[in-house]
Amino acid sequence: MLSLGSGGGKPVKPSFVSYVTPEEIKSTERETSRKEKHPDLLPGEVVFCSTNPVLKYTQDDVSQRGIFGTLVCTNFRIAFVSDEAPSEEQAQLFKNKLYGENDIPLTCVDHIYGGYDEKKKLITGGLVRNKYPSKIIIHCKDLRVFQFSLTYAKEEEAKKIFQGIIHHSLEPKSLKCIFAFSYCEKATATPEIHRTPRTVMFDTVEDWTQEMKRTKGNCKVVSANENFSLSQKLPQFFIMPTAVLDEDMTKFEGKGLPIWCWSHHSGCALFKTASLPLMQEDGYSQAYKIYMERMLNAVAQTHLYSVKTEELSDTLPTIQDIQQSYSRFKQFFLIDNTTEFWLSDMKWFSSLENSGWLDIIRQCLQKAVEVVECLEKENTNVLIMEEAGSDLCCVISSLVQLMLDPYCRTLAGFQSLVQKEWVAGGHSFLDRCNHVHQKDKEQFQSPVFLLFLECVWQLLQQHGPAFQFSETYLTVLSDSVHVPVFGTFLFNSPYHRATVMKNDSPQTQRGPLNCPEVWDWSLQFERKAQDLFTNPLYAEKPKQDKGARRTYRPKHQRQLSLPSSAFKTPPKKGFFKEETDSLKKMLRVKRISRWLHSPDSAQASTREFYEAWQRKPLDYHSLILPCLDGPAMRVWMQRYLRWIHEVQIFGGGAITVMSKLADLVGEVQELRRELERQACRADSNHQRAAASHRSSVRLSSSFPFATSRVWSFKPAIPTSLLQSLMITGGLADQDDEDGETLGVV
Amino acid sequence: MDPLAEVPLLPGEERVTDKDLIYMCPFSGAVKGKVFITNYRLFFKSTDVDPAVTLDVPLGAVSRVEKMGGATSRGENSYGLDITCKDMRNLRFALKQEGHSRRDIFEILFRYAFPLSHAMPLFAFLSQEKFEENGWSVYSPMQEFRRQGLPNDKWRITFLNQSYELCDTYPTVLVVPYKATEEDLRKVAAFRSRGRIPVLSWIHPENQAVIARCSQPLVGMSGKRNRDDERYLDIIREANGTTNKLTIFDARPNVNAVANKATGGGYEGEDAYQNAELVFLDIHNIHVMRESLKKLKDIVYPNVEESHWLSSLESTHWLEHIKLVLAGAIQVADKISSGNSVVVHCSDGWDRTAQLTSLAMLMLDSYYRTLKGFQVLVEKEWISFGHKFASRIGHGDKNHADADRSPIFVQFIDCVWQMTKQFPTAFEFSERLLVTVLDHLYSCRFGTFLYNCESVRDTNEVRTKTVSLWSLINSDQASYINPFYATESTRVLYPVASMRHLELWVTYYIRWNPRIRQQQQSPVEQRYKELLALRDQYLKKLEELQLSDSAPHLPNSTAPSPASPTQRVTHLHTPF
Repeated sequence: MLSLGSGGGKPVKPSFVSYVTPEEIKSTERETSRKEKHPDLLPGEVVFCSTNPVLKYTQDDVSQRGIFGTLVCTNFRIAFVSDEAPSEEQAQLFKNKLYGENDIPLTCVDHIYGGYDEKKKLITGGLVRNKYPSKIIIHCKDLRVFQFSLTYAKEEEAKKIFQGIIHHSLEPKSLKCIFAFSYCEKATATPEIHRTPRTVMFDTVEDWTQEMKRTKGNCKVVSANENFSLSQKLPQFFIMPTAVLDEDMTKFEGKGLPIWCWSHHSGCALFKTASLPLMQEDGYSQAYKIYMERMLNAVAQTHLYSVKTEELSDTLPTIQDIQQSYSRFKQFFLIDNTTEFWLSDMKWFSSLENSGWLDIIRQCLQKAVEVVECLEKENTNVLIMEEAGSDLCCVISSLVQLMLDPYCRTLAGFQSLVQKEWVAGGHSFLDRCNHVHQKDKEQFQSPVFLLFLECVWQLLQQHGPAFQFSETYLTVLSDSVHVPVFGTFLFNSPYHRATVMKNDSPQTQRGPLNCPEVWDWSLQFERKAQDLFTNPLYAEKPKQDKGARRTYRPKHQRQLSLPSSAFKTPPKKGFFKEETDSLKKMLRVKRISRWLHSPDSAQASTREFYEAWQRKPLDYHSLILPCLDGPAMRVWMQRYLRWIHEVQIFGGGAITVMSKLADLVGEVQELRRELERQACRADSNHQRAAASHRSSVRLSSSFPFATSRVWSFKPAIPTSLLQSLMITGGLADQDDEDGETLGVV
Repeated sequence: MDPLAEVPLLPGEERVTDKDLIYMCPFSGAVKGKVFITNYRLFFKSTDVDPAVTLDVPLGAVSRVEKMGGATSRGENSYGLDITCKDMRNLRFALKQEGHSRRDIFEILFRYAFPLSHAMPLFAFLSQEKFEENGWSVYSPMQEFRRQGLPNDKWRITFLNQSYELCDTYPTVLVVPYKATEEDLRKVAAFRSRGRIPVLSWIHPENQAVIARCSQPLVGMSGKRNRDDERYLDIIREANGTTNKLTIFDARPNVNAVANKATGGGYEGEDAYQNAELVFLDIHNIHVMRESLKKLKDIVYPNVEESHWLSSLESTHWLEHIKLVLAGAIQVADKISSGNSVVVHCSDGWDRTAQLTSLAMLMLDSYYRTLKGFQVLVEKEWISFGHKFASRIGHGDKNHADADRSPIFVQFIDCVWQMTKQFPTAFEFSERLLVTVLDHLYSCRFGTFLYNCESVRDTNEVRTKTVSLWSLINSDQASYINPFYATESTRVLYPVASMRHLELWVTYYIRWNPRIRQQQQSPVEQRYKELLALRDQYLKKLEELQLSDSAPHLPNSTAPSPASPTQRVTHLHTPF
């Protein structure tokens, strides 16, 4: 008998029939578990419906069984509570305090499929009434996949829970139905622990003033829009070039107004703006053109009278492109069963390429490097624009700052950056996430913020020691977007937030509602778990040059800068040839994309810039640039592979090294504290506390995620190997020893 | 200054010639400089750019030397030499188009790069290098079998092949079932291709399941049977007392195994071997692997394919082959772990078989994951069992298109690298060891990888006339150690053979590209060492403090340590 080993010769047809046949289930098992269990409810959480017994398949377990329990739907989540008492040894280090591993926050539901007999059907809001499926398959936005069998529950109950889940997680609803609003009404405000350095929220004049000071910028802080009296599009406080006249602020509804993002130590700065698409030559566009020239002039005056502009939509993908690409990409990780996994493994690289996701990430990084080059090498002001001014502008401006400004690579600095560019910057989180499932908003749904995090992850994996935060932090942040508890990701703009929070407060005496911010990590994780957010590779910059800092005009000597002599690029000729506009002649106004005639030469130029940077000794507390070559662009393994059993490396993965490092960091910190104690109180004789070691525990590559899952320790043996390599033709058919015949003895 | 002074000459290395020419560097353009040819290497140093461009290529790595352009060729730098290397790079030199300027250098290169084709000795026989350690003593088959607890009551050591009479490509010391007589072995040898009978490679210390390796049975078109062979495999099966079937892993794709019947080979039919199950592992032959690596070189050298990198990578199938080899080895290791003995073969049992047995042993036995153990593994499964290094690599041979050449060993090292990537703390050696091994696979500086099998090596007195690669490595062990290594003796490592986890070994295959950042030390390693140093520093300080505490306590006294406590604290602002 010839076989392909334990994987089986022929791939088993993907099946949605339950793995456990009813006969397999001991009847006693079912009877003892009649009592419904509910999850520990959060403040403001209300149970809508629940059903028992429901079988949750453990698709990650090769035994292909399931566990019985209660399926609950609340205004916060879909929860599955096992009938079995949770075993002690599964105590998780990285437990989320808001929802468990078997809970799905309603806004985290991506797609729901119904298993009808052998077929898998996508459930959209409508078709629910007629027939409920025997199986519900839920794909989550954090890439978990759940499969529940409803066949063991009473028909009425099964129907009710199914309809409840569909209704609450897929049907359109008003923003006020999002759990955050019930939660913040009931939750006692947690005493906010002010950790230093704190996250800057950028909702006060002081925050902006401070940021201007920090970067030594020379623009002006505007507070004329306090309470949105001037404009609902602009934030309450922002910074613009000093030369912009106050009366210019609200023309064209804030479009074209350069909003300051960040100042380079040379004095030049990065600005972003919402641009008005000019369709035809009418009086309005004429007026806008004149206005824009004035704005460019103002930007140029910030430093050395030069400015480069970049219309991001000219070269970068649209939000729809981003959405489509990500939809294709995420499918590779929403795996229903082993057979499907190994089938998709065969064409992995080309599928990955066809999704275009990595290429979109590369394009964003590439654009950011182009902007960095202008600021760092040419010391030119840069104005980036796009229609809304709050999507790709946010991606590019944040990435530029991450590369140039080491502060943005600290935990507090990064969170402040997100607040500055994304939250205060008015990224339409609500529309982009479509938390409320509005059909007419579906076209605006797009994972722009995730795209940014993906870019950050690429930087992090290439230049680990430059970042204070870890991969785990980024993964958790990307998950938190879909946890409907935080105000951070719920609104379309600061104005939107202010109006929703103010008007809808039922008891006015209580004042405006106050949703917690995602940055209050203690809401989700214990202190110990939060340790995993810090990157053990990161070392703070040695503080030896305290004196040197106070010297005259230190900003030009700061380590941020590369001496311009490092670049021996011959000056590019022919910038001005086609610029007949008188203003542009006078100013050094260039468009990045026009200046670099074609995308190819843009790449060539950034390549040169990259190579010049690469030749210099690497300083993690200075400029970092990403390598954009094919082999350097990677898949964010932790985020995408963490729930897939087949790819877990037991006792392996990069985490084994990282946890070793983290232990050592802990040990060294403990020693230092001990030394300080001893040095202060010389007579006390403390015993050195033994540093806790995590290494002894066997970790899997998915650590710290999915730790409570029972993984099998059998190796995953690829199936469907034969199909993968149908190499035919002369060579394959030959024998190893070409031309030799076997000596048949 | 004489630039020649900078050419690093090995003991025994001699200068042959030098010449001014232009190196057509694919990364920094045409650079003028001087090339030095010795009996070991080609060394180039630029004269007109700063920092200088240098090349240091062992002639053993040269696969092909060609003249490019003719005396009348037009265009700048179109006349010169093209050198194809075995280590994933090509070199191009341009010379002046006058007076047959390249003739001498071409001929010298051709002679010294391919000494065996010119009746000259390989450099390994000329080298006068001396090392503290003697690498030839790393592997002793008796010692290794004793480590495995052999011989025991089921397995014995036979010297039947003492003078390579049983099988001229096998080592002299073999471990065979206790129950099999010498006569049995001879009969089995007659039924196995090239007499490569099933012998023990590794035995599980607890369940006594064994990995046995061999070549294909000589079944032929008529489906011949051999009772001795059948009985012999059954003895192997039952040696550890299980009643389970013996698993025979045939590394080849099913169709190739069938096709082999035409030339007298074949596979174990289910009628004949009733207590065995046969599993084909679908690993392709040496020709497919050679073409795959060639395609890979096309997309990474000199420039990394820009657009469609991933689909280009996929179309080389290189990682898919790696996946298949690893998946095969995982299956072998899994069977052994569950207590079933296995027999592994392909056609001749010296290419795919060596890959599978050695990788499975690496997964099963943590000893092979140490620096010393890995050397033993390579010596045992590859060198002593007759992987045809000379034919596969073509040491000193000018026939670059020889169909026998194939990167089977490179593929094995790549698989090992994939495992070290997936288990970064499980291996005592670092990536540097793997790269060094591959460099000297070609260099001909050491005798380790020369010749096809032990018998030929004996004839050429390799162990006495050349130096072992392990001498170099073991004399400088610290350079090859993985700082994150954590000993875990009992663990079986199962890598994940999924494309999701397999990566292209960029730091080997694309190492000539300066855009691929070659860090002297990985930042992770550097950080680890810094932290270790810091810890030691703190521990020392703490110790000092505690010592001074126990001394008579005098406030503000002039204690032995001149630093006051407050001063000490300020020292502690060490980076985090």
